[in-house]
Amino acid sequence: MDRRRVVITGLGAVTPLGLSAGRTWEGLREGRCGIGLIRAFDPVGFTCKIAGQVGQYDIRDYVPRSHRKATKLMSRDIELSVIAAAEALADGAVATRGTDPERINIDPERFAINLGAGLISCDLVELAPAVAAGARDGRFDIRKWGADGLSLVTPLWLLKYLPNMLACHIGIIHDIQGPSNTVTCAEASGHIAIAEAAAIIERGDSDIALCGGVEAKVNPVVMIRQCLVGRATSRGNDNPESACRPFDAAATGAAFGEAAAMVLIEGLDHAEGRGARIYAEILGSGQSTNLNPVYEHLEPDGAGVRIAIEKALADAGIGPDDLDLVIPHGTGIPQDDLAEARGIEAVLGASTSQVPVWPTKSMVSNTGAAAGAVDVVAAARVVTDGVIPAARNYERPIEGCRLNIVREPIETKVRHVLCCSYTYGGQTAAVVLRNTNP
Amino acid sequence: MTARQYKHRVVITGMGIVCPLSHDVQGLWEALMAGKSGANYNTIFDASTFPTTFDAEVKDYDVSARTSHPEFHAQGNRGSTFVVGAAAEACRQAGIDVETDHPTDGIDRTRMGIYLGAGEGSVDNDVFMAAIVKAWDNERHQMDWGKWAQVAFDGMSPVRELEQEPNMPAGHLAVLTGARGPTRSCLTACAASTQAVGEATMMIRRGDADVMLAGGAHSMIHPLGVMGFNRLTALSTRNDSPQTASRPFSAGRDGFVLGEGAAIVILESLESARKRGAPVLAEVIGYGSSADAFRVTDMHEEGRGGAQAIIAALRDAGISYQDVDYINTHGTSTSENDSVETKAIKAVFKDKAKSIPASSVKSMLGHLIGAAGAAELITCVLAIREAVVPPTANLHDPDPELDLDYVPNEPRKMEVNVALNESFGFGGQNNVVIIRKYRGD
Repeated sequence: MDRRRVVITGLGAVTPLGLSAGRTWEGLREGRCGIGLIRAFDPVGFTCKIAGQVGQYDIRDYVPRSHRKATKLMSRDIELSVIAAAEALADGAVATRGTDPERINIDPERFAINLGAGLISCDLVELAPAVAAGARDGRFDIRKWGADGLSLVTPLWLLKYLPNMLACHIGIIHDIQGPSNTVTCAEASGHIAIAEAAAIIERGDSDIALCGGVEAKVNPVVMIRQCLVGRATSRGNDNPESACRPFDAAATGAAFGEAAAMVLIEGLDHAEGRGARIYAEILGSGQSTNLNPVYEHLEPDGAGVRIAIEKALADAGIGPDDLDLVIPHGTGIPQDDLAEARGIEAVLGASTSQVPVWPTKSMVSNTGAAAGAVDVVAAARVVTDGVIPAARNYERPIEGCRLNIVREPIETKVRHVLCCSYTYGGQTAAVVLRNTNP
Repeated sequence: MTARQYKHRVVITGMGIVCPLSHDVQGLWEALMAGKSGANYNTIFDASTFPTTFDAEVKDYDVSARTSHPEFHAQGNRGSTFVVGAAAEACRQAGIDVETDHPTDGIDRTRMGIYLGAGEGSVDNDVFMAAIVKAWDNERHQMDWGKWAQVAFDGMSPVRELEQEPNMPAGHLAVLTGARGPTRSCLTACAASTQAVGEATMMIRRGDADVMLAGGAHSMIHPLGVMGFNRLTALSTRNDSPQTASRPFSAGRDGFVLGEGAAIVILESLESARKRGAPVLAEVIGYGSSADAFRVTDMHEEGRGGAQAIIAALRDAGISYQDVDYINTHGTSTSENDSVETKAIKAVFKDKAKSIPASSVKSMLGHLIGAAGAAELITCVLAIREAVVPPTANLHDPDPELDLDYVPNEPRKMEVNVALNESFGFGGQNNVVIIRKYRGD
């Protein structure tokens, strides 16, 4: 029995390159960099003072009147996800309870949501007065905090920080009653969420789904974690736009950032039935894991990445020669880039020198749980527009890397794109998109 | 009705648990049969001035006794260390080799995956709070980030920081077992590990893996977690009687008892289990997931989402509501959940609702949050195996509005062929898994 085909029919993105998928794609095509000095807080004392940040917005512009009050319960991760979801639905010509209640054109019970989300860090400025009330003689005293501090915390505090609240808010706004999941595999989350949503549609548990990834990493708690672990570059503070250099010999580490990216996907039959525009088909996916007790890094041979890609190609029913583009995870952390390159090279084999490889984090930054979804949105535009943009901040390959990193934009018909990702903690993932244009 | 057609049937071939009642499955069952409570006063941090001073803790647990490589796991967050022990037990039962480069169990490691519903690790509270106290200017209402960063850099450990990430328990399991198949972690609040078991089942059915270690790992017994739940008034404040505080479906219920732990089931394709001669403990026959899409703060009043998930799971299993012998409820002991869940059960099970035993083991186990669903699924497998249904303890003052058969206070001997496990989470997450006795067919 043939399995149900799943296609992408809507794109949404909020990234350091712009407040929409279209603006983000323009930025990528032009090779713009969304990385700059941190504005969200004063990064004095942080070894890394740069990040990819989203521009100004007013969340009330993106929610229906009925959900205005609930914006008070939104952490930044939730806000970004709500904006990207609205765009993906509008782009896919889907009307919901939240956008056009008179013209709802899908069944809420057949509508799924599956998002990759990060560990949402609490707003320290919001929490601080309550913590200060727990201080005695300049030291934190948990008994005093319990007695005098707790009551100063807003009662619904926890609901701002549960990772599944992204999907919850979007589901309430747009009446999404079908299967709902929140994948928390850090930087591999976006691809996993998209793969799982596609499987849900394939097996018939839903007809249509919003899926992707979201994370707002530009806050002191996340940034200090990446500084402490040593993944964030400390050498780019004077030149943020050239700081993140995936696969480049002069790379010194990653630049982190914030984004939300979503794709609206549906069964091909469902998309054709409502006359939806189709960007691309999700042809296959695969997943594996690193086996490295040094949990913050890939294994040197990139085996976890290799196995995920092998599984994705097998699931898609294509070989490495069918790939016209690989979008790697490419963080700018030299040892991880090299390990990932080895994993990709092991699959591409003799095609390594032929297949273009286009890393995006030099422009978008590493947006954690959103990263893979940003790349899938970009891949959808690559196949529809027939152009592969050039890599940014790539001059000389890191020693030992044989990947064919794109130096100049290529105008070409792209049949298949492979997107892959991995994360500290181990999980690896890969997704294959197919061009559905004749 | 007939079951939907999948490539593979999925069975459970191993189980393991680390929870407030025990550090293994047999101990869990004995505690449940004896009606023991895992609750007592908080010893993890000083909660003596918190609205809730008690919880249900995993006590006297040492991960070093569960692994030959404690150096890989000892620095893990509580969830990670618990899940290593639970997985080691489950793998032993299923005949899966761990911590070896040369397994002889006949399982291709690229066909063995992991799916956890797992939560965050505890923040390094002393440093976290000290940094805020040092850096906060109460009069100007602003933070001096330079001071904050200095305390944080001096005090925080890179490994402990990384271990706060919710995907770390899955990473520890990969290192423990050598699994190279699809590996995922989700966090849909209190419904997470039922979701993990359900989606892992689907991955085997689709052919993405032959074996999946599925389950959950979580501890929210840390100051920010207890504070958060206390502010939501979700926790019981029955501080004078921790062991009777979790009383699902009773009139006097006043909130849940926060627990912690990890639970793992080994899911395996029937072909793989047969080929290996693994013990088949039960078959997973149905999974359903839905969202309330109602309110951020409340469950749908009529239990619409819960009912949809149950119906989806029944449809997936190809059985009627009349075929269900036992319901393991979410039964948290909050006013809202127990009332809404009862309505959802009535909406689906209609004429049969009052005659199907529906108990809550949270009355004894506490609420393991992300790990709750998988722990409770294990009790369903045991109910099938032992032909005894675990009770709802502490149910001495029934709520007149709640009139199902909650199996009050005493276990009940009865044959269980089909058991249905319900998990509902904050934000309106609903997940249901159905298992059936395996008869060798």
